[in-house]
Amino acid sequence: MSDLTPCDKVLLVQAELDGELDAAQAAALEAHRTDCPICRASQAELMRARGLMRGDLYEPMPDDVRTRVMARLRQVAPPPAPAPRRRRNWDWLRGPSIGFGLGAACAAAISLLVVLPERNDLIDQVVAGHIRALQPGHLEDVVSTDQHTVKPWFDGRIDFAPPVRDFAAEGFPLRGGRLDYLGGRPVAALVYQRDKHIIDLYVWPASGAGPHLAGDTTIQGYNVVHWAAGRMNFWAVSDVERGQLDDFAALWKKAP
Amino acid sequence: MPGFAPSSRGDVPNAVGNASFELVVLPHLDAAYNLARWLMRDPAAAEDVLQEAMVRALTYFASFKGVNPRAWLLQIVRNTAYGSMALNRGVETVPIAEESDEAGAVELVSGDDNPEIALLRARECRQVRALIAALPVELRETLVLREFEEFSYKEIAEATQTPIGTVMSRLWRARQMLAQAAAAEGLV
Repeated sequence: MSDLTPCDKVLLVQAELDGELDAAQAAALEAHRTDCPICRASQAELMRARGLMRGDLYEPMPDDVRTRVMARLRQVAPPPAPAPRRRRNWDWLRGPSIGFGLGAACAAAISLLVVLPERNDLIDQVVAGHIRALQPGHLEDVVSTDQHTVKPWFDGRIDFAPPVRDFAAEGFPLRGGRLDYLGGRPVAALVYQRDKHIIDLYVWPASGAGPHLAGDTTIQGYNVVHWAAGRMNFWAVSDVERGQLDDFAALWKKAP
Repeated sequence: MPGFAPSSRGDVPNAVGNASFELVVLPHLDAAYNLARWLMRDPAAAEDVLQEAMVRALTYFASFKGVNPRAWLLQIVRNTAYGSMALNRGVETVPIAEESDEAGAVELVSGDDNPEIALLRARECRQVRALIAALPVELRETLVLREFEEFSYKEIAEATQTPIGTVMSRLWRARQMLAQAAAAEGLV
């Protein structure tokens, strides 16, 4: 479709805007763009198009849709710990007949996809969530050091308003936030940086008067600190030293 | 995804239980809904696609070997949506913007003290939605994956099973059409 583009470099102009060019390619493009009015005009147009999409255009999933999807998944979920030979048993499910008779087939052995996890289970999930988030491109859904940008981002994406604070002055700058899924519910994850280390802070409403867990522990080299405040659960996880993570938790606990 | 699969099933490297599906795939449920919504342009059709795609994802999860569960899930959503569109060819769906009422739209862009400005932004937001919804589906999906999911060209190419060159020209055309249509409506 390059015959539709007025200069064969305009796709490179776009690639630069999308962060797809390395330094050498970008420098070569810059040299060309200086002499090419088409590419300069194209760049302006591409930036206008991107500017148009700055608004909140993401389609948030209604709660009732989420509930129905989760119910459906629970219905078709296989047993939680299938023995290797069991896997063969549900190969037949992969055909187009998914859904038919499945409820009956699995009814006896249904596992709840989403169960209230045991405490240890939850700690594992917190750590696993953190490790997963460290993979490229997964850390933040909203990138901002401004708590007033991060906090409203959660509106409409989650059924509670998590407290968001920046502790840049204390050496724990806010980097952004994302949605995560822990213990069978969506939770807010706030991302902080401590030198070269990432700290994930998971926040969600405390349900009822559950036991307050002393959650300080270390798993796979990651330190985990748990506390509850203001009817919210907090779980901080990071590979920073235990003392620094405790400092971070202390800042939160004494924040107004 | 090393580290997630319970070690008790180490004999089958890709065997992962429900807990892992929950950890690996479900965090991307919102992204799956968003894509389904933008592809189908109709809430009910989007939910049908999402339901079917999630069941497929759960079914195929045992064979998921990749490192990018979001791209994997969105590819399933996309293929399911295309299947559904093929089945319903000729059936008109409601464009995404037409059923969203003013009040709901204002709520989305709240945070502004001035109700007039909020209303103006909401209207602009609705107009942009309508313009995106009016793009041909292959341009729309490319734009949504790039702008909302911030997928790299390579990820878009994988999710849409399209060569990278085509992804780039689709994205360019999508943005060009969007900018020009917006200019025609006095939006820019």
